[in-house]
Amino acid sequence: MDKATHRMLLYGALNIKNRFLGMYKQANAGHVGCSLSVAEILTFVRFGWMKEDDEIILSKGHAAAALYSMLAEDGTLSDDDIKTFYKNDTYLAAHPPVNKIKRIPFATGSLGHGLSIAAGLGLAQKLKKTDKNVFCVTSDGEINEGSTWEAALFIAHHHLTNVIWLIDRNKLQGYGRTEDVMKLEPLDKKLEAFGFNVLIADGHNFESLNDAKLQASDFGHPIAIICNTTKGHGWKTYEDKLDCHYLPMKDDQYSLIVEEVKYDFEKRITAIE
Amino acid sequence: MRVEFAQSMINAFDKNDNLVFITGDLGYMALEKVQEKFGERFINAGVAEQNMVTVSASLAHEGFIPWIYSISPFVTLRPYEQIRNDVCLHNLPVKIVGNGGGYGYGIMGATHHNIEDIGAMRILQNMRVYVPFTTSDVEQAVEQMIADKSPNYLRLNMGGKINHPVAPFAQWRKIKDGTKGVVVGTGPVTENILNSELADDLEVWVVSVFPIVELPGELISSVNATQKLVTIEEHNGECGLRETLSYHLMNHLTSNIKILALAASGYPTGKYGDQKFHQAENNLGGEGLQQELNAFIG
Repeated sequence: MDKATHRMLLYGALNIKNRFLGMYKQANAGHVGCSLSVAEILTFVRFGWMKEDDEIILSKGHAAAALYSMLAEDGTLSDDDIKTFYKNDTYLAAHPPVNKIKRIPFATGSLGHGLSIAAGLGLAQKLKKTDKNVFCVTSDGEINEGSTWEAALFIAHHHLTNVIWLIDRNKLQGYGRTEDVMKLEPLDKKLEAFGFNVLIADGHNFESLNDAKLQASDFGHPIAIICNTTKGHGWKTYEDKLDCHYLPMKDDQYSLIVEEVKYDFEKRITAIE
Repeated sequence: MRVEFAQSMINAFDKNDNLVFITGDLGYMALEKVQEKFGERFINAGVAEQNMVTVSASLAHEGFIPWIYSISPFVTLRPYEQIRNDVCLHNLPVKIVGNGGGYGYGIMGATHHNIEDIGAMRILQNMRVYVPFTTSDVEQAVEQMIADKSPNYLRLNMGGKINHPVAPFAQWRKIKDGTKGVVVGTGPVTENILNSELADDLEVWVVSVFPIVELPGELISSVNATQKLVTIEEHNGECGLRETLSYHLMNHLTSNIKILALAASGYPTGKYGDQKFHQAENNLGGEGLQQELNAFIG
């Protein structure tokens, strides 16, 4: 990855995080940790990988603020739109809405739907013989859902190489750690057995995500990228704890997270300059 | 009706360039010619109805009209949330086809029956439910569903022979006149009324599209004149024709109307048999129906 692209991605992620942190703070809302977990993945897919007419499905709809912030970063949503988050009379509910926002083709929020949505969009492109890709970002907890595995079988069987599945593997789900609730490991082996070429990436590191992208383009099979992440990445109080899924930020916590995000950005930007 | 449905799809394929047919691993001795006609637009999605429904929602989003087919409960109740969220909330023209609504699968048993499908489907946002009465209704229903931009559910059943002229497929059709009471039925089970000993005395209507939006003025007049209404459905009355028709009639009644609601209650004896056995057990056919009608109209 060239330095200019890497720099652009770092600035993009900084803006996206700061924006959604502000949204959550203003709304006094939870799901902060879920968005911090997926922020770099969304940034990389939108600004470092997908073509303009490709689709992105955020199956883990509870990280909607990260998606809205990404859509504000690319100009789809305005600052005025963003200010309505969580308020009455908004389209920007806590989970992505129905039929209202460009680049959100489907409402998500009930887990286990997104990979089938991506499969159907991928199949449609195959039938229409276009070169559009469909990126689907799921959580790891929603891999509990049988429908996710139905979709995985379908994608592999129909050889939908235009579907790229990214798994936000933060190892925490709704009420416990994934390996305690319903063991997923060895996840890579399971996905390989289903017919996927599986790549492992650091989901907070753009160079690692870019390596996965470069490797993915060489495959002739459907791709699943296990993006290892930390839920609540940067929220030191609750990082990698269940609490960051649910709790809103207190004033002092908000200041500390913003500081941490800034520090992390400066460390990364210094490393590449 | 399955044969007529398959032929309707073959006929429709030549007139529409955006049809896709997806089966949930069913169709032996029924869909082979559909498969041949549709080519790469025919997909067996396997025994995976949740994925099948959502995939079809995405296909509809991309401009296709997907028809998804299975045994009625497997394509309605199993993937219900996928139908609600991905199809209906987004108002996408996915066409859900449930074979064997009611007790259509007879001796196959309770898991293969569906006496909740019309209710479960009709209450979903944007959904319109099509219930053919005769076999010749099927192709007309298919054509109307292709023109219908909403999500649809098509309930297929065994179609009998109706010894009365039947108007082209429409939401409301009057089948015959009569002076002692008015019958409103949905689906082929209505035929049992026409074959009953009191058929000559009854005015008979069929309703074939849900939700009901308004009632024909002639029907309201007849109900008020005879003061007796019979509803018949191979379906649970709580969420079916009985409930929705009663609601729509309420504001139009001018006198005290007596209602006989004939509906499927389930499995009164816990035993199984063919479709006619289950109809008889629920007083939707046979002597039980006759006795109900005699007591009510008689």
